[in-house]
Amino acid sequence: MKNRYLIFILIALSSISLFIGVKEVSIVDLYHLELDSIEILFLTRIPRLISIIVAGIGMSVSGLIMQQITQNKFVSPTTAGTINSAKLGILVSLMLFSSQNVILKMLIAFLFALLGSFLFMGVLKKIKYKNTIIIPLLGIMMGNVIDSITTFFGYKYDLIQNISAWMQGNLSMIIKGRYELLYISIPLVFIAFLYANKFTIAGMGEEFSTNLGLKYNNIVNLGVTIVALISSIIVITVGQIPFLGLIVPNIVSIYKGDNLNKNILSTSLFGAIFLLICDIISRVIIYPYEVSIGLTVGVIGSFIFIYLLIRRNK
Amino acid sequence: MIEAKKLVKKYGDNKVVNDVSFKLKKGKITSFIGPNGAGKSTILSIISRIIGKDEGEVFIDGKEISSWDTKELAKKVAILKQSNHINIRLTVRDLISFGRFPYSGGKLTSKDWELVDEAIRYMKLEDIQDRYLDQLSGGQRQRAYIAMVIAQDTEYILLDEPLNNLDMKHSVDIMKTLRRLVDELGKTVAIVIHDINFASCYSDYIVILKNGKIAKEGEVKEIIKREILEDIYDIGFDIYDIKNNKICVYY
Amino acid sequence: MKNKRKIGFLFIILVILIIFFLVIGLNSKNFEYALSRRIPEIIGIILTGTSIAFSSVIFQTITNNHILTPSVLGLDSLYLFIQTCIVFIFGSNSLISANPIWNFFMAVGSMILFSMILFRFLFSKESHNVFFIVIVGMVLGTFFQSISSFMQFIIDPNEFLSIQSSMFASFNNMNSKILWIAFLVELLVLIYVYKLLPNLDVISLGRENAINLGVNYKKVVKKMLVVTAILVSISTALVGPIIFLGLLVVNLTRVYLKTYKHYYLILGSMLIGSITLVGGQLIVSRVMNFATPISVIINFIGGIYFIHTLLREGKM
Repeated sequence: MKNRYLIFILIALSSISLFIGVKEVSIVDLYHLELDSIEILFLTRIPRLISIIVAGIGMSVSGLIMQQITQNKFVSPTTAGTINSAKLGILVSLMLFSSQNVILKMLIAFLFALLGSFLFMGVLKKIKYKNTIIIPLLGIMMGNVIDSITTFFGYKYDLIQNISAWMQGNLSMIIKGRYELLYISIPLVFIAFLYANKFTIAGMGEEFSTNLGLKYNNIVNLGVTIVALISSIIVITVGQIPFLGLIVPNIVSIYKGDNLNKNILSTSLFGAIFLLICDIISRVIIYPYEVSIGLTVGVIGSFIFIYLLIRRNK
Repeated sequence: MIEAKKLVKKYGDNKVVNDVSFKLKKGKITSFIGPNGAGKSTILSIISRIIGKDEGEVFIDGKEISSWDTKELAKKVAILKQSNHINIRLTVRDLISFGRFPYSGGKLTSKDWELVDEAIRYMKLEDIQDRYLDQLSGGQRQRAYIAMVIAQDTEYILLDEPLNNLDMKHSVDIMKTLRRLVDELGKTVAIVIHDINFASCYSDYIVILKNGKIAKEGEVKEIIKREILEDIYDIGFDIYDIKNNKICVYY
Repeated sequence: MKNKRKIGFLFIILVILIIFFLVIGLNSKNFEYALSRRIPEIIGIILTGTSIAFSSVIFQTITNNHILTPSVLGLDSLYLFIQTCIVFIFGSNSLISANPIWNFFMAVGSMILFSMILFRFLFSKESHNVFFIVIVGMVLGTFFQSISSFMQFIIDPNEFLSIQSSMFASFNNMNSKILWIAFLVELLVLIYVYKLLPNLDVISLGRENAINLGVNYKKVVKKMLVVTAILVSISTALVGPIIFLGLLVVNLTRVYLKTYKHYYLILGSMLIGSITLVGGQLIVSRVMNFATPISVIINFIGGIYFIHTLLREGKM
C-alpha cells in the first residue's frame, strides 16, 4: 500500500471519528456555528482523535524499534514487560507521592519502564538458545510477574481500583486538559525516524554494527529509552493498549519488508489507522455505551497475533 | 514374516515413500541404506505402526497391521527410534522393566523381573543398572534402550539408526550384539544405518532406498558393488575384500 | 517404600493445616457459624487444589513436556469464555444460565468438545514446537479473556452483574453451590484414571516408545484430554483461574518424590496442591487479613519459577 492511500484513509476515518458520539454533532451544525457542537468538538472529540493518532503512532513505532533491536517479530512493549513495568511505576508514584502531579507520575512510570526494558534486554543476552518464540514468552512471563507485584501492593494500599483504571485503555475519559502530555511523544517519534537506519543496523547484531562503525550499545540504549518513554506516556494518558505495537509492524513488514527506513512511516500511519478503526468499533458496537479500547484491541489484536504466529510457523 | 506391499506415505504433495514393497526374511539382519531423505526411517516407522501409511499394506505374520491388537503386536514387534529423548528421570533398570509392559500391564511378576535381569546381563549393564539415564554416556544409553527391546522379547526388532552419535567401539559393540541376537536367539532384525561398511559387514540383506523408492535389494554381496553404489550416492566408490568382508572406500 | 513414607508425611501436614484452618479463631460463640462457613470452604479449596494438580500431571504426561499445564494453555480462560457464551446465547434468566448445576454441566460439555479440537491441533502435527504451543495458548488466553469481557459489555451490563458473582468465582467468593457435584465428578474421574495409571507411566516415555510397548496411544491421550477438560472445569468453576499453581505444584512434586510412577505423582501432587492452597489461604486470611488474593502470590512465585525453567531449558 502506498503511503498516500494510508494518509487518505487516515483523514477519512478521522472525520468519521469526529462525528461519532452520544451527543450528535453534524457538519451542518458546525456550518451554522452552533456553540454547543463546537464546544463538544474542541472539548472531547478533537482531543480524543489526537490521542488516538498519537498513541497509535507511538505504540507502533515503539513496537517496530523493539522488534528491530531484538531481531524478533514477536517482541513489543506488551511482550517485553515494558508496559507492565510502567504500570508498576504508576502504582509506586501513587503510593509515595500525591497523585496530583502527572509529570512526576510519568517520570516514575518512565523510570520503571526503562528498568523493566533493560532487565528484559539483560535476560535476553543471557539466553544462548534464541528461539523466536522463547523470547516473547520470557517477556510475557516477566510482565506477569511484575503485574503480580503491582496487584500485591495495590491490594495492600487499597489502590486496586486506581490501578485497574490503567489496566485497560480508555479513551472516553480523554478531554481537553488531560491528554496534552501525549504531545511529548511526538518529538520522540521524530527522533526514532531520524535514527531508523541505525536501529536496522543494530538489529543485525553487535559485531555487524561495530564493523560498520556504529556504537552498538548507544543505539540500543537510545532505542530502549525512546520505547520506555513513549510507552509510559501512553499508559499514563490513554492506558494499556495490548498488542498494538506487536501487530502493526508485523502487518506492515509483510508488505514492505524490514528496512526500518522505508517502513517506519507506513508503520506509524497504519498504527494510527488501526487504532482509529478499533476506537470506532468500540464506540458504535453498544451505542450509546462504549467498550474500552483496550478490550477491542485485545480481541482483534490477539486474533491477528495468533494468525501471524500460525502463519509464520508454517 | 513382515511383508510390506506398495507402501505410500505423503507429506503434503511430497511422496516420501512411494510404492515400496519388500519382505523381511526371518532370522536375518536386513539393513536399509540410502541417501538422506530416502524414506528409510519412515518405512521403519510405518511397519512398526508409529506412523500411519497413506496407501499399501503391511502384513505381520500374515495379518494386516491395522487388524492387530496393539498390545499383542507389542509382543511381536519392537522398534527403537533414533530420537529417543525421554523427559523423565529413569534408572536403567526402570527403563528395561518397561519392556515387560505388553505382558504385565505395569505389574511385573517375578518371571518378568527374571527376564529384565536377563536383558541386563545380555547387554552387560549390571554395573550401571541403578544409574539414571541422564548420567550415562551415549553408548551406555543406547545399550540400555536395546536391553529394553530385548526384555520386550519380540520376534522382530527394528532399529532406526542405532549407531547415531556413537564412537567406533560402541558401534562395533552394538552391531555385534545385534548379530548375536539373530544368531543365538533367532530374532529378526531390521536396521536403518548410514555407515555402509557396518551394513556390509554385519547384515545379511541390504535394501537400498532412494527418493522414496527401492533402488536395489538383495544379499550383501549382490549389493555392495561399485556400479550400484556410485549410481545411488553420486560419488566414486572403491570396494575391497578384506577378511571376507566387502569394504567400501569412498572418501 | 520411601515414596509411601513421603506421601504419608504430606498427608499429615495437610491434616494439620486443615485442623488449623478450621479451628483458628474459633470460640464458643461463633463456633457454629464459623464452622458452617469454613467446612464448605475447605472442601472447595481442597477440591480446587487436587483437581488443578491432577489435571496438570496428566496434561504434562500426554504432552510429554514439563512446562505445559492446562492453565498455561489458557484452558481456564476458555472455561470463563464458555460461561459468558452460555449467558450470551441463552440469556441470564434461562435455566441453563441461572441454575449452577445445569450451567456447570453445560460448560463441562463444551469444554470436552473444545478439548477434542485442541487434541486435533496438538497431536495432528507431530512437529509442533512446544514454545509455539505455549505462546499460542497464552495469547488465546488473552483472547478468551478480552472477548469474554467484551461480550459482558455487550450483554446488558446490569443484567450481567446480577449473575456474575455466582458464575465467576474467586477465592474469597467460592461457588459453593456446585461443591457436591464437583466432589462427585472428581471422585469418578479419579476412579476412572486409576485403571489407566500404568498406561500413563508408559506414555511418559514418549509417543513412539508408548506405541512400541503396545499402548493405544491416541485413545488413551484422547481420554486423558477429556479428563483434563473436566478437571479444569471443576477448579475454574469453584474459584476461577490460578495460572501457575499447576506448574509449581507438579514440579515441586517431581523434585520431592523423584519418581516416574503416576500413582505417586498424582497422589503427591494432589497433596502438595492442597497443602499449598490451604496453607496459602490460611496465611492470606488469618495472618495477612485478606490483604492480597492468594492467586497473586502463587502467580508471582509460579511466574518466577516458569522463567527459571524457561532459561534452564533454553540453555540446552
